Amino acid sequence: MQRRSPYPYWFLLPAGTIFFVLFLVPTIASFYFSLTYWDPFEARFAGFENYVQFFSEPYLARGVMNTLIFALLTSGLKTVLGLLLAVLLTSGMLGQGLMRSVVFFPVLVSTIGVGLLFQELMHPTEGAINVALSWVGIDGPGWLTNPSLALFSVALVDVWRGVGLATLIYIAGLATISPDYYEAARIDGATRIQQFWRVTVPLVRPATTTVVILSLIGGLRLFDLIWAMTRGGPGFSSDVLASTIYKQYQAGFWGLSTAGNVILFLVIAVVILPLSLWFNRKEVDL
Amino acid sequence: MKTRQIVIGLISMAVFFVIFVIPFILVLLTASKTPAEAASVDFTLPERWVFWENLVETVQTRDYQLLLAYWNSSVITVGAIVGLVIFGAMVGYVLQRRDTKLTRGLFFMVLAGLMIPPAVVPTIWLLQGINLFKTLHGMVLIQIAYGLGFTVLLYRSFIATIPRDLDEAAIIDGGTPLQIFFRVILPLLKPVTVTIIVVQAIGIFNDFTHPLYYLPGAENVTVQLTLYNFQSQFVSQINLLFMNILLITIPPLLVFIFFNRQIVAGMTSGAVKG
Repeated sequence: MQRRSPYPYWFLLPAGTIFFVLFLVPTIASFYFSLTYWDPFEARFAGFENYVQFFSEPYLARGVMNTLIFALLTSGLKTVLGLLLAVLLTSGMLGQGLMRSVVFFPVLVSTIGVGLLFQELMHPTEGAINVALSWVGIDGPGWLTNPSLALFSVALVDVWRGVGLATLIYIAGLATISPDYYEAARIDGATRIQQFWRVTVPLVRPATTTVVILSLIGGLRLFDLIWAMTRGGPGFSSDVLASTIYKQYQAGFWGLSTAGNVILFLVIAVVILPLSLWFNRKEVDL
Repeated sequence: MKTRQIVIGLISMAVFFVIFVIPFILVLLTASKTPAEAASVDFTLPERWVFWENLVETVQTRDYQLLLAYWNSSVITVGAIVGLVIFGAMVGYVLQRRDTKLTRGLFFMVLAGLMIPPAVVPTIWLLQGINLFKTLHGMVLIQIAYGLGFTVLLYRSFIATIPRDLDEAAIIDGGTPLQIFFRVILPLLKPVTVTIIVVQAIGIFNDFTHPLYYLPGAENVTVQLTLYNFQSQFVSQINLLFMNILLITIPPLLVFIFFNRQIVAGMTSGAVKG
């Protein structure tokens, strides 16, 4: 008689059922529905119509472009600033424990709250940011009202909100680097800047992988902050895929919305998969 | 500490104060002002402190919507956390202890689930089909489905540090799989469980997007949706809007104060290993 495993497969059933029904089934169904004219009442097969529309209508194509710009910009800034802040906050200076908490706190605050707060702070005439700038004689821009600036203003707020997480991950990564490396580098006469580029940056790579990938996925999927601050406006100037998906859903164009969802999925896969393979290969090389 | 470190520390603290602390002070100040004074969000102290009056008025808005929202958000958060901890730990346990084609395939799916954006409209269509759309328990199940990836990942790597000898001793003593899991394994998972509870609770409590899609309706309002709903109503009452922001920031703030270490552990997991 075969002895039954003490780790039975039925342990997987409760979670597996929920995951399968509520996550996998809709994901698979989305590929079909993205090929239909779908509204709250019926779904008719439409071939690739929705996808054609997504890339030919300027206001939809703009969302695809903005998604990439937003994700690359915020991910880049979070990675660079996160590493610099982590180095600063592990240098043994006065008050670094307090500052670690301060930089991390926005990560835990409601995104909608942060968005609405900065919407007020970025008001062109009465917002605190432009009021403060006027004290030093600078005429602050319409952060959220200027169409060519709105997306970047939201990106800045996203960095403000998320850089604490990158910093925290980098601090954990820096803690794993043995001080011996720095001592050896010092004995060889390396300057502080050389130590940073030749010791810190290569050895903190696992943390870099985590920060880059997490922030890219988060940036590509971001919805709530943009929705709270601009709703994709002015016009469609700060629309991203996630806000387009919501707008088309609200307008009753379910098929178009679902096509946006599939495009978002493909964009994430195309960006993240090669990148994580590249990061992993580099790690072996070291 | 050298003079240089003190000087750099003082300069950094000044910069951090301006960038990261002043926005929160402005929330506090504006929430204490009268509507007329709050119309422009600036650095002045309130001429008349009406903090308590604003608090009462915000809570009473729309027939005590904020209290209902707190109740709904708590139900969703607690329900989802209970499910995530028990079901997620069971999955992490079996995936770690049994190395078969099936468990490897499932683990790959768990990882994919962390990356793939949920297909929102098909999910709504499905929730309508099984009568879970616009229900709190439907929302609980959704949060479990979306939170499983992170939970299973953390449990699986933590369980790898628990020696198999423990399971084997319990097997020899005649324990059933359920007894072994609940009596021997689950209690040992306490540190990682606390981390998961704290990180997921903040995530679910702060979630705006998914309740917006799957839980419409005034009676289903969640804490994050109150801000969204009040935004149109409070357009000339920024003081109350900021009071609302303040009131919904209290739970994460408390968690931050008491569970800082666990949050850090959870959020940086993977940073070391890659």
